[in-house]
Amino acid sequence: MKPGSTSSACLALLRRDLLLVWRRRGDALNPLLFAIIVVALFPFALGPESAVLSRIAAGTIFVAVLLSMLLSLDALFRSDLEDGSLEQLVVSPHPLAMLLGCKIFIHWMTTALPLIVIAPLLAQLLQLPAPVLPVLLAALALATPLLSLIGAVCVALTVGMRRSGMLLTLLVLPLIVPALIFGAGACNAAQNGFAYSAPLLWLAAWLVLASILAPLAAAAALKISLT
Amino acid sequence: MNPLVLWFHKLGSPPYFYRFAGRWLPWLYAITLIAAAVGFYGALFTAPADYQQGDSFRIMYVHVPCAWMGLFAYLFMAANGFVALVWRIKLSETLAMASAPVGAAFTFITLVTGSLWGKPTWGTWWTWDARLTSELVLLFLYFGVIGLYHAIEDRRQAARAAAFLALVGIVNLPIVHYSVIWWNTLHQAQTVSLIGPSKIAPSMLWPLLVLAFATHVYFFASVLARSRVALLELESGKDWVRALLPAPEDAHV
Amino acid sequence: MSDFFAMHGYAFYVWSAYAVFAVVLIADALAPVFARRRALRDITARLRRAASRKTS
Repeated sequence: MKPGSTSSACLALLRRDLLLVWRRRGDALNPLLFAIIVVALFPFALGPESAVLSRIAAGTIFVAVLLSMLLSLDALFRSDLEDGSLEQLVVSPHPLAMLLGCKIFIHWMTTALPLIVIAPLLAQLLQLPAPVLPVLLAALALATPLLSLIGAVCVALTVGMRRSGMLLTLLVLPLIVPALIFGAGACNAAQNGFAYSAPLLWLAAWLVLASILAPLAAAAALKISLT
Repeated sequence: MNPLVLWFHKLGSPPYFYRFAGRWLPWLYAITLIAAAVGFYGALFTAPADYQQGDSFRIMYVHVPCAWMGLFAYLFMAANGFVALVWRIKLSETLAMASAPVGAAFTFITLVTGSLWGKPTWGTWWTWDARLTSELVLLFLYFGVIGLYHAIEDRRQAARAAAFLALVGIVNLPIVHYSVIWWNTLHQAQTVSLIGPSKIAPSMLWPLLVLAFATHVYFFASVLARSRVALLELESGKDWVRALLPAPEDAHV
Repeated sequence: MSDFFAMHGYAFYVWSAYAVFAVVLIADALAPVFARRRALRDITARLRRAASRKTS
């Protein structure tokens, strides 16, 4: 690996981001706790009747994961903006889209992957029928990177704003609605015994498209926001 | 130089555009009111009642033009946004941001009048079918663009960021338009076609087209009016703006 | 005539829809009028403050 090449830059960025998350690994638990608490609120609100809970389980877990990821999206660029390394990334000779792709990947890995790991626990809390669990995990595995990618574009537009929390949610939600509809739709189809591969394939197609286009869009958005 | 190209370049100058818009605005409002009067006369009096829906179908004459305008406004906003991002033309930034609230207003009217139409005909105020859901998403996209534009301090950077967001959200437009073809929806499929015959009686069609024309003219009037004010705020330090102010009490300049 | 206003039973829905149309678009037409007055007022005030600062 040539020092100074794009691949070594990406590798360095990946190691740095992982190291930074590791140093504050307590913070990485917050989205998990948030998701568990949100999911736990539903039996309190709707009553513990398992028929009711298992009907809404898949969709509720999806929304809880979505909201946890939304809350942690802000952290994607914040620390880099504060210490000036974001501007270094923007002016570096390496393609900004590739560098952002690495950052988004690490963000997904440290935010969404733990959520997917605890998804079986969330499923148990809401009495999700066991055969639906693999479909839920597949749908989450496809929808959460989509959310990271689309979210990154919106965060790039609002980077540097102090009170961007609500605005960020307003920007991301309309764009993420299709992923939610198809992801939860796949789970509901599986739960009712229908075929579920079509929505999952749609999610996969959008994920492939987004993984190419979103880093480019986020790079352009970042250049707009940082001028 | 080609006079059309020259006129186009002149429009880029804020004081020229301000005067141009100011001259055209009264005419545009007048045309809107006349066309709307003619259209509403046709909608309420000469169009026969629908054999199935009775008089409730007259809501179509406000619902459909606003639906068309909500989509048109978004296209106008995104197109100007694209020009603003690629060629950095200040006027395009202003026009794009001026069209966002108007488009949001039309989309809001579409949703409310649609709900009022749905209750007597479908029996429900709302349903989550593809057309209604994507139209609601369109309204949220408008709110996002407006919200982002007002959240950033620097007006030009704000316009560019909001224009970028508008372009990202443009994927929703074909979804709204084709939702009734791609999915089984409660909302009816299209009966009015640009090419080929429409599946609607002519006596019912002409008021719709007249009102569509009226709302288009109104859209441009509103965008021009809002752009004029935006230019005043953007160029507040310049001489041409100062010349517009009411005479100051102290004769100092 | 009363049949026309009653819209054969659909009066509430039809007239509410037309009312929403009128109210929202009139509000949209008036907004730039007020905004323009406010903008001119603000610019005048700002210039006056800047001028008084220079002379003070």
